[in-house]
Amino acid sequence: MSQELRTDYEFNQRHLLGLKDYSADDILYILDQAAYFREVLNRPIPKIPTLRDKTIVNLFYENSTRTRISFELAQKRMGADVVNFSSSSSSAKKGESLKDTIRNIESMKIDMVVVRHESPGVPHFLTRCVDASIINAGDGAHEHPTQALLDMFSMRQKTGKLAGLKVVIIGDILHSRVVRSNIIGLVKTGVEVMVCGPKTMIPPFVEELGVTVSYNLDECLAWCDIAMALRIQLERQDHGLFPSLREYHERFGIKMHHLESYPDFVIMHPGPINRGVEMESEVADSDRAIILDQVINGLAVRMAVLYLLAGGTRG
Amino acid sequence: MNKYFVKFIRLQPQENPRESALKKAKLLHADDLKRIYKRFAHQFIEPFDDLTDVAIVGMQTRGVYIARRVQGLIKQGTGTEIPLGVLDITFYRDDFRTRSHTPTVQVTDIPFDLSAKHIILVDDVLYTGRTVRAAMEALMSFGRPKSIVFTCLIDRGHRELPVVADYVGMFVPTHTSEEVQVQIEELDGQDAVYVVDRSDEKQEDPA
Repeated sequence: MSQELRTDYEFNQRHLLGLKDYSADDILYILDQAAYFREVLNRPIPKIPTLRDKTIVNLFYENSTRTRISFELAQKRMGADVVNFSSSSSSAKKGESLKDTIRNIESMKIDMVVVRHESPGVPHFLTRCVDASIINAGDGAHEHPTQALLDMFSMRQKTGKLAGLKVVIIGDILHSRVVRSNIIGLVKTGVEVMVCGPKTMIPPFVEELGVTVSYNLDECLAWCDIAMALRIQLERQDHGLFPSLREYHERFGIKMHHLESYPDFVIMHPGPINRGVEMESEVADSDRAIILDQVINGLAVRMAVLYLLAGGTRG
Repeated sequence: MNKYFVKFIRLQPQENPRESALKKAKLLHADDLKRIYKRFAHQFIEPFDDLTDVAIVGMQTRGVYIARRVQGLIKQGTGTEIPLGVLDITFYRDDFRTRSHTPTVQVTDIPFDLSAKHIILVDDVLYTGRTVRAAMEALMSFGRPKSIVFTCLIDRGHRELPVVADYVGMFVPTHTSEEVQVQIEELDGQDAVYVVDRSDEKQEDPA
């Protein structure tokens, strides 16, 4: 955790649509501030009244458990009033358009919207419909900025730095919004990023984002400080991108013998884990994995994001 | 009680003509502050037979340094190091919505169990009383302290809430257009207190 205090930093963002629009300083400022929210979560009464006069809508058009619970808990820990919307139990089923839905909700005087949608660009579209601050909680395969921020926070918490760190991301690079946000944020803050996976899951021209590509897991693990395994989205694997889960595990799963051969790297995973696919079950439970730290850090990072976007009278 | 202390502090004459041009007056010098901290050290421990249940909490930013100085003096005098906490009240401000920018959060670190302790809360300047209200709410989220007393280095008047300090370094009647600046050696290069006249400038947020 950084010790320097940046009390004079002016954070001027109104929305969090993606890390693409944020400068390295914006990102580092959020991570610095999140450290203090992390402390709140350790208090006997882990609740602060900062957002007590704010109303926030969680607009989830796509299924989500952890992200939604994390956002909702972050909002409640800060005293905000929370309304949850999920498309399966709403008028979206009756054919109401997204724009109508959001304008109806906004006329009930809300301050912020947290949105997840299967189509990329929906959060950007919403900023043109309403005055509230918009936070992207995942739009299609585009971005998932708070997940990337919590990953970066966890990396810095574990190793004490970001710039100069070597991170390898293993798995389905093609379909993952988590990867995209992570690469953007990590490259901006001076982290060396390598991606690794079956050739069918590495998008062409991915090097243009400033990363290197490898198809050899051992080579990656020998090089890296941190290995982030991505979930193989079983529900999206009917295109035959790799022959079988067993073969994927053989080539790209992290196994116990890797931990012995390469004694330094730390293991991360955005969850939920497919045990025996991305990594062996024992690997996920070993003390090299910081997967559960990522979850609690996610709460702190989301609190910091809500705090920084909710404050002030600008906009 | 406040007025009692005023009599004993001699106001220093302006020594720097540039300061007077800026309408800035040095109210307390390092020696004056040393005497006040020494008095605080005696006042803090006076009510207690033993200091095992006592803790000091300094409020960000300058209250922390004042608390640390007094804690050091208490250790010098009694040999006991009473625990020191650091409190940031940003989360508990009542002007979150009205300020033009989101205030930066600073460290809070209460490294002891607060629920069995008498807490001495320390801040640099007591003004509207809103910061103290927020600080009490913040402390309560760490547990239920046995008691809280409040200490400020400078009480400048203009209270907006029913708050009274238990120990006051100096009572300074001010105008709202003036600003009281507490300087700390580690941050500002010297220990001193200034009053600055800002009546020509635009009004700032009371901190």
